[in-house]
Amino acid sequence: MSTLTPHNHTPGFATPVRDAQQVFRAVLQALARPTTPQPVIVELLPPAPLGATIGAVILALCDEQTPLWLDQALRASPEVCAWIVFHTGARIVDSAGDAVFVIASSPHSAPRLADLARGTDEEPHRSATLVIDACCAPTIGALTASGPGIPGVARWDGAGLPSDFLGQWHENHSLFPRGVDIILAAETAVLGLPRTTALVDADTHEHQHQHQHQQEQEQEQEQEQDKRSA
Amino acid sequence: MSGPRIVYNEGYLDEQTKRVVRRALLKGVAIPGFQVPFASREVPMPRGWGTGGVQVTASIIGPDDTLKVIDQGADDTTNAVSIRAFFEKVAGAASTTRTDEATIIQTRHRIPETPLTDNQIMVYQVPIPEPLRFLEPRETETRRLHALEEYGLMYVKLYEDIARYGHIAKTYDYPVLVNNRYVMAPSPIPSFDNPKMHQSPALQLFGAGREKRIYAIPPYTDVESLGFDDYPFEPQRFEQPCEICESTEVYLDEVLIDDQGGVMFVCSDTDHCERTLTARELDQSNTDQSNTDQSSTDPITDHITDPLTEVNA
Repeated sequence: MSTLTPHNHTPGFATPVRDAQQVFRAVLQALARPTTPQPVIVELLPPAPLGATIGAVILALCDEQTPLWLDQALRASPEVCAWIVFHTGARIVDSAGDAVFVIASSPHSAPRLADLARGTDEEPHRSATLVIDACCAPTIGALTASGPGIPGVARWDGAGLPSDFLGQWHENHSLFPRGVDIILAAETAVLGLPRTTALVDADTHEHQHQHQHQQEQEQEQEQEQDKRSA
Repeated sequence: MSGPRIVYNEGYLDEQTKRVVRRALLKGVAIPGFQVPFASREVPMPRGWGTGGVQVTASIIGPDDTLKVIDQGADDTTNAVSIRAFFEKVAGAASTTRTDEATIIQTRHRIPETPLTDNQIMVYQVPIPEPLRFLEPRETETRRLHALEEYGLMYVKLYEDIARYGHIAKTYDYPVLVNNRYVMAPSPIPSFDNPKMHQSPALQLFGAGREKRIYAIPPYTDVESLGFDDYPFEPQRFEQPCEICESTEVYLDEVLIDDQGGVMFVCSDTDHCERTLTARELDQSNTDQSNTDQSSTDPITDHITDPLTEVNA
């Protein structure tokens, strides 16, 4: 583990209590209102390649009780490791499955959701939170999000998540109440994707909706038949 | 002769405790209705007086927030006044009694009558977070029942009510099903308030300090009060209007007004009552000015002059 020297010593929050509160409130609102960006206005200069917003999320939420996993790009930087360890006291772990917070420097370097802690049926809260730096990430297309926190449905551009993400997310969502929650950190905002959010391709959404409706009707018919036969 | 002044961290709790509460809150929001255990700390009030709510508020409040605290709908009870003063002192937050001006509303036993908005957070003080506790005393067992989504016990209890009384007799802390998955105790709010939780635009957070649990309902989430097809959930209803502000469709408190057993029914939400009354009086003085020859005696205002002073005393 690298040590902190005056050369790689960059400060944390300027006003630790207030900055942590502001960042947390943004993250709380982000998870409460999925896919709606919540502004994070904090001055922070973490060592590259760690972004300012993702750095702020780490400082606000992590401490010695939360093992962290860093992706290769972040792990390769001794300054980043030293900065996180110095300011939070968090332990950096080798296996993503052991981490409470999983930090990825880009959407493509995030580990597969199936490799992360997803909690148990009795303790679904003991699951990992995946924090992804999605600064300047290209959009992956039109998605439709629905679930708690979203009035009706919301359109979302996907923030550069890899092409197989939708399949992974579908599996993660279907595990409810188990599952991983995602926080996406953009330049000056955070965006939440809790396990309750259902994501579908916007093009297939209408088709699926019709399909669901059909299924529901069929189920109702079956139930009626059951009632009659009983 | 004053001793050294004790300086607390902003928001009273230390940062480590806040992070523990905050992480629990985030998981609570991600799993609507699930009770997340947390390390409940001591706050300067006895357990059972709202320590869970205070810890949740302390972990989310900042200097930009405006806090409202209600106790049974009232802004002016001891507990509500003390908690408001506490956060003014330790968090530098502004406080208000107006529902529409508050960003955080900490509550014991009521949801305000004024509709909540997107930028508000409700914080509930919860005495017993486990809806199945009186049906199954073992924590290990209730956890498993939640994991298996096995809520038969609760339905049997509701059924027994119907068999015994002809209707579901629970009128407060009426169990709800959140997001079609977890049965949750909404804290001892009257069943009158249950429909307000359904698809509420505000984020709702629940803190149980003594029982060390935190849970949440995100905004725009389905919250269904349990019932049966033939005996659906029926919230409490009130026939008469409030005797002070004449509001209808609000939750009323029965207030004793003399030694002869005289009672009056008034809004439990003091802020709503005051504002409705002020608006009505303004309206009335305007109409009085426009036709001055009409006498301005109002039988209702006259009638309630004495009780009002008694209520406020």
